[in-house]
Order: sequence, then structure tokens, then C-alpha cells
Amino acid sequence: MVSVRSVSVGPSSLTSTDLPWIIEHREDRCTLCGNCTAVCPKGAIRLSHMRQRLPKLDVFSKQRGSDYRTFTGIRQETDPAKLCIGCGMCAMVCPNEAITPRPGTNENRTLFFENRKGEPMKRGGRRNATGPTLLDRIIFHRISMLTDPALDAGRHEFTTTTTLGRILSPEEFLKRTVSGGWIPPTREVFPFIIGSMSFGALSPNMWLGLLQGVAYCNEVLGLPVVMCTGEGGCPPWVLRSPYLKYIVLQIASGYFGWDEIIRAIPEMQCLPAAIEVKYGQGAKPGDGGLLMWHKVSKLIARLRGVPEGVDLPSPPVHQTLYSIEESVMKMLQTLSMAFEHKVPVYPKISASTSAKSVLNNLVRNPYAAGLMIDGIDGGTGAAYNVSMDATGHPVASCVRDCYLDLAKQGKQNEIPIFAAGGIGKNGNVAQNGMAMIMLGASGVHIGKFIMQAAAGCLGNEKNRCNVCNLGICPKGITSQNPKLYRRLDPDKVAERVSEVFMSINTEVKKIMAPLGRSQSLPIGMSDAIGIADQAAADRLHIQYIC
Amino acid sequence: MCRLALKTAREPFSPYEVLTAMEAMKEGYDGSGLGLLLRGMEFEDFKYNPRFPILSGIAHTEKAWYRMTDYMEEMEYELKYDHRFAMQPGLIDSTDRYRYFMRAYRMPVEFRDESDEMRETELLRARLALRKLSTVEDQLTIFSFYPDVAMIKEVGWPMQIGDTLCLHDGQLKSRICMAQGRQNTNYGINLYACHPFFIQGISTMTNGENTAFVPIRDWLLGKNFAGYTGYQSDSEVFTHILHYTLKQLKLPLQAYKHIITPLSNTELAKHPQGEFLAGLRQVCKRLIIDGPNAVIGTLPDETSLLVMDQKKLRPAMVGGRDGVWGIASEMCGVQAMIPDRDTSLDFQPMREHTVIIPPHRKELEIWSQYDPFPLALAA
Repeated sequence: MVSVRSVSVGPSSLTSTDLPWIIEHREDRCTLCGNCTAVCPKGAIRLSHMRQRLPKLDVFSKQRGSDYRTFTGIRQETDPAKLCIGCGMCAMVCPNEAITPRPGTNENRTLFFENRKGEPMKRGGRRNATGPTLLDRIIFHRISMLTDPALDAGRHEFTTTTTLGRILSPEEFLKRTVSGGWIPPTREVFPFIIGSMSFGALSPNMWLGLLQGVAYCNEVLGLPVVMCTGEGGCPPWVLRSPYLKYIVLQIASGYFGWDEIIRAIPEMQCLPAAIEVKYGQGAKPGDGGLLMWHKVSKLIARLRGVPEGVDLPSPPVHQTLYSIEESVMKMLQTLSMAFEHKVPVYPKISASTSAKSVLNNLVRNPYAAGLMIDGIDGGTGAAYNVSMDATGHPVASCVRDCYLDLAKQGKQNEIPIFAAGGIGKNGNVAQNGMAMIMLGASGVHIGKFIMQAAAGCLGNEKNRCNVCNLGICPKGITSQNPKLYRRLDPDKVAERVSEVFMSINTEVKKIMAPLGRSQSLPIGMSDAIGIADQAAADRLHIQYIC
Repeated sequence: MCRLALKTAREPFSPYEVLTAMEAMKEGYDGSGLGLLLRGMEFEDFKYNPRFPILSGIAHTEKAWYRMTDYMEEMEYELKYDHRFAMQPGLIDSTDRYRYFMRAYRMPVEFRDESDEMRETELLRARLALRKLSTVEDQLTIFSFYPDVAMIKEVGWPMQIGDTLCLHDGQLKSRICMAQGRQNTNYGINLYACHPFFIQGISTMTNGENTAFVPIRDWLLGKNFAGYTGYQSDSEVFTHILHYTLKQLKLPLQAYKHIITPLSNTELAKHPQGEFLAGLRQVCKRLIIDGPNAVIGTLPDETSLLVMDQKKLRPAMVGGRDGVWGIASEMCGVQAMIPDRDTSLDFQPMREHTVIIPPHRKELEIWSQYDPFPLALAA
């Protein structure tokens, strides 16, 4: 009898069946090459020595006995700090298909131990809500079979761009044209914008790949795709390059990277596409961004003007200013002036009940070039679990309310509304984006979808991977560790970016053609969408169809 | 698909001539309605002063009729002429037509010396106020209230409607007559929904369907201009965009095409006023029609026009000779209206064209979007 005290079982001891992911290892196929353990970002598997009894039977001697062999095999860690995250990198590198993670179907007991050292669970990724989203359920139905011939998506000419920047009323435009007044700057951009993922959040290779891809889309494919830097600045060479025109520079409450940008203004060869001033983000409204110390490398520290290896939480609002109205007014005016009123400057806010008030203030602000609304389904590189899963407001109803409010004033699209948060969450990126556009958005920002489609990000809505915050991204997308980000080839990312946007463009045309739209994006064309959910239809003022 | 016909001539003619064109094009539509607009009026039994506004519409019951006449008296409009249609009922299905009317009024004294703009505002106000007098039981349909213009709309085949109202006997004549055959197609059936549509003397009619109807309607409604209302048909917005272009923005007629079907970036790069037009396209982006449409219209100065959608997915042609011109959605329609025309002048506009028939009616102006834009501020 062994005394209980000598067994190493503690309050948080777990066995592999308690885990969210269980490593399935086939001893018979394994050659012990060690690739899986080397590649595992969490150290969830280890090579360990094991002993196996070999029964020894000698029928003639009527004696029974045992032989033992010792060998090296793969074992899964059950320490919650080293949990398998199901990324499947082990399966990807295994030459013999000997190992793979399987989702644990039993109760996930690790949920109770996600507060070790008194710190609640933090992760990267997106809200873990599975199943079709509201946007997935919207369908395009205004296909007239009476007098309106459907267009041919492959043969006809389509205008699939949208305007980024303030649009004057026709009366005001003519008045200013006659008097030689200031006409606010605008850009014709592709309505799917690569959303704000900062230079600190993404690895240098990922960032370079995105930039190359965006440049290729613009210069070779003729698709005016732009990408947003997120807070955290922009590599100095990019600021002084002709590629700056494809970049939306973001400034947020931490002002990270702004010294570099301000210093580069006199040397800029061209103007940036726009400036986005971040006041809030969808998955943690009213809470700041978070770049954890794991990712604050030498380069990031230099760009942001901070010491290496410290956590960098951005404060939620601009602490330098007294109120949000004042802040928006001053920031927009100052930044517009810094670029000689030639660059659109717009704020980014979280989807919330006050979004309409912000929008109505912007209508009367001559420097406001748009409004970006981010909903709860947006991804983030690092946030507390509870912020990501349960704090925020979905984007669809918020954007719709804002659009209808502008429509009532005859000012829709004068302040273009951009939407983000969960666009393409389940892979239906063009469908989700076009549904948002028909609800009233002028365009959408996509972040997580781009990481998944262009760089093979492994995260999903079932809590797979989601370690963007730790700098151990198994694909090298969100890591600042050269050993990890060398796994990602920027050229391959660029190739995927261009493939992704070419296909989105085709799908956008395939959606527009049956509606008979070709000359302009169907912004606010709410008669073309419907949903088989009476409550959602009423809320969004679209048709209920079943 | 709707069939359209417009005839414009220096000498007034009977609307029946245009109905024959509709008959010629009968194969193409289902005869579910007819709309007629007459401009440059001449009555057989009255010497009409073209400054008198004409109120045209239908009183569906006696009560509605008295409500309307009382209101006009109350507002101090002085009745100068009340046209009585020699009706021949039984040819059409509609039964609730107590009286068709076409009444010329003298405006109240206080408007006598007012500017045209003030007078137009008042006429619009009065028309909308009359429309509001209509109730579910005692319906009143008001088509137009404007000097020198009258409108008729009815459900049925064009010839039957013409015969019902005895339009063939020369009681009514006009220098311009627009006709459209068919009710609207994708929204509820309503007399107002039949083209042509009318606002402050500007009128258009369209074949095809307006894909961009909802966003354009929402934007126009937001303008809070009293006349931008109704929208029982997806095509009513074409009239209102033309009105907005000419009266609100005070741009020349050529701007209409640049607003509803702007040129592309590559085309504008080569255009002499590309920069201005790109700006115009941007601020009027919400008014881009996606077709498929041919839009035919007339203006208060008796100019007539024809424009195509950007892809030219709807047919329309124009033909005629010095003094008389016809526009129709089918060649046989033009042929029926002006059989003795000079066919070498026949023209089918392409997507960049605006065909303008000026009030002198000597010849056509074919204006291309690639041509310089006739406005000083665009230079």
C-alpha cells in the first residue's frame, strides 16, 4: 500500500483526458525523429523514457517470467502551463503520420485552472463563438427576373471600389469649386481593407509579406487594396518608400511609433492612404490594446521608444484630452494639418450604443473623413479572455443604426462608415463583407481572415492555438523571435495576399451581377438582402424571407 | 418591359398620334397601363393662356371632387377653364372614375408679381396638399399642377384609354406628348406608379428597372425637399434626379448624364475637365443608376431629351425632320409617329450620348460625355 502523500497529485493535477486537446501518438509508426517535439510551441509533448514489460513464456519449462525493454517515446504534458493548444504543428512535421492532436470530448477541466498565479487567462484570437454568424445568415435575393437582366460577372465592367474620405454634399462641392475652397481628400480603395494589425503584433516577415502582397495588388492587379498598420508604427524604410501610399497609419492612445512617423514626414516620397485614430476596439471596448513583453523585441522597442521586454498596454482613451468630443476634434484637426489637409483622417471606435452620437458629431466636423466601427467579433493579438469572449457589441446592428441615422439626414456616405469584427469569421469573407455593405457600410476591415487565408494562421473559434500574445506563434505570424518567424516566407504570404484579393474581387462581382449593379458598390442597398429570422429582419430593417 | 414614345412638333397635334405609336409597339408589353404627358397645350373650345397652371387628375368619387374644388376656391385659385372629356365608358376595366379633370386656374392675386421660383414652390405645395386630401374611401389622384402641362394616367391598353377619353376628336392638342405603356413592375400597382413622373415642370419616363432604387430613394428623401416624395415606382427617382440637377444644383442639362452614369477613371483621365467631373461623380455617387434604362424626358422650356444607361441595355431611338421629332423605345414607334421623316437623321444613342431636342426643333443635338462640359466652373 502506497501512502497518499507520496503520490504527486495536487489540486490542479490533470490527466490527459481532462485536456482540451489530446495528443494521439502511434508508437508503431514513430521513428523518434524528434521533429514534433522540436516544433511544438508550447512544449506540450516530450520525449521520455518508458519501460515495457515483455511477457516471457516458455511452455516447456513450465516457468513464467517477464522481460523488460526500455525505449524512448512521446508523452503529453498535463501541466496547465504546457497545455496542447491543438495547433497541429506536430502532425504537419511528422514524416510518418504518427502524431496528431484530437479535441478532447470530455469536460475540459483546464477551464478551472486558467487563473494560475492569480492572473486571469489571456489569449490572442477572436471570440470563441462557433456556428454561423448573423452575417453568414444574410442572403442576397433581389434578383429581378421581370425586366432587369442579370449582368455577367465575367464579361461586364464592374466598379468594385469605395471612397475612403469625406464626401461633400453636391451643393457644397459646387460652392467650393466656384470659390476655390478646400475639397477634402479622398481615396478610391478596394472595400476590403487589411485591418489594423500592428508591427509589434505581427512578425517582420508577416508584415513584409502583407506589404508586398498589397503592393502587387495595386501595381500589377489594379486592385487598390490598402492595409492599416495598427498602433505601433511602421518600419522606417516603409515610411520613406513609395509603398506608403498603400498604408493607413494608425495612432492610438499609446502613441506608439509616432515619433518615427513624425520624424519621417519631411522625407516621405508620398502621402499615406489615410490616418486612423483609434479610440476603441471591438473585442474590448473602453479597454486598451496590449502588447505583452514576450513580443517587445529590440526592433519593436526602438520603434515604440520603450525599453525591451516590458508589457505595453495602451490606455483606453487619450489621457491627454479632457473628453472624447474634444479629443476627436483636436486629433482629427491636428493630424489633418500635419499632412497639409491632403490625407483623410478618421476615428476608429468600438461598436456601442453611443456610436451614433460620435457619428453625428463627425458630420459637423469638417476634418472627419469617415468612421470605423469595430464589433465584438474582432480579433486581437492579446486580451483577457473575458474581454474577448464577453465584452462588446456586434457590429451589424450598430452599423445599420448609424447608416439609417445618416440616411434620415440625407447624408449617408458623406461620412463613410467602415465596419470590422467577424467579417469572414467562418470563411465567407466576400459574403459577410457585401452583407455589411448592403446594410450601409462603405467597406470592411479584415484581420483574422487575412492571417488565416494568407499566412495559414491556425486559430479557430474552438480555442485552437490562440497564443498570438505569447510570441510563440507556431507559424511565425505573430512572433518576434527570429527562430520562429523564419518559418514564414514573406514571398509566399505576398502570393497568398494577391490570390485572396483576386478571389474576393471575383466573388464581389458574382454578388453584384445578379442584382444588376455594376457602376457602384451597392452601399445601403437593403432591398437586396434578407434573412430567415424575423427578429433580426425587424432590427436591421431588411426583409424577412423564409 | 415598358414601351415609350415621345413626339415633339412646332405645330400642336393630337395625343392620338402618339397612341398609334404605342399600338405599333404593342407586342412588347402587357397593356397594363398608360401614362400621357402633354406640354404646349391647345384646347378646341378655349383660348388658353400658357401662364395659367393646369390641374390634372382624377376624382374617384363625387365627394372627392367637391373636396378638391372647395380646396382650390379656399386657396383663392380662380377657375378659368374646366375641360370636360367626352367620355365613352365601358372600354376600360376601371369603374371608380367619377371625373377626369384638366382645369386651368389663375393663381391667387398675391402670386401675380412673384418670381417664377416662388410660383413654382406654391404650385408644388398646392399639388402635394391636394394629394393629401385623398382618403381611402374618397380617392383623389392628382398628376400635375403646372402651367402648360397636363397628364393622364389609366390602367388598360393605350388605344382603349384614348377611345374612352375621346382623345381622337381634336379637343386636346399639344406640342409635346409623352406616352408610356405599362404600370410599374416590381412594386404595388398604383396609378401614380405609371410613368411619366412629374415635378415642377420636369418630367421623365423610363423603360427597364432601376436597380439602385432604394439607396437613391433614401438619399432623396433625406434631402427634405417637399416634392421628393411618393416613390410608388422605382423609376420616379429619375425625374427627381433631373430636377435636383437642374433646379437645386443649377447645373446644365448635360450634367444629368454625368451624374447618373459617370465616366470611369480611365475615361476621366483623358477628359478636358476630368478633375471636376471626378469630383462631381464622387459627391453624386449615391445618384448613380445602374440601369438598365433609357430615360426620355421634357423640360419646361419644351426641350426634350433621351439618355441611356451605362451599359446601354435598353433600346431607344430618335428620328424626325425639321420641326417634328419623335423618340421611342422601338424603331416602329418612331415610324408610326413620323412616317415621312428623313431616315438618314435616325439615331440610336450609345452609352455616352445625350440626345437633346431644343425648343426650336430644327435639329438634334447629340452631346457626348467625352465632350467638354459646358460650364465655366468646370474649366
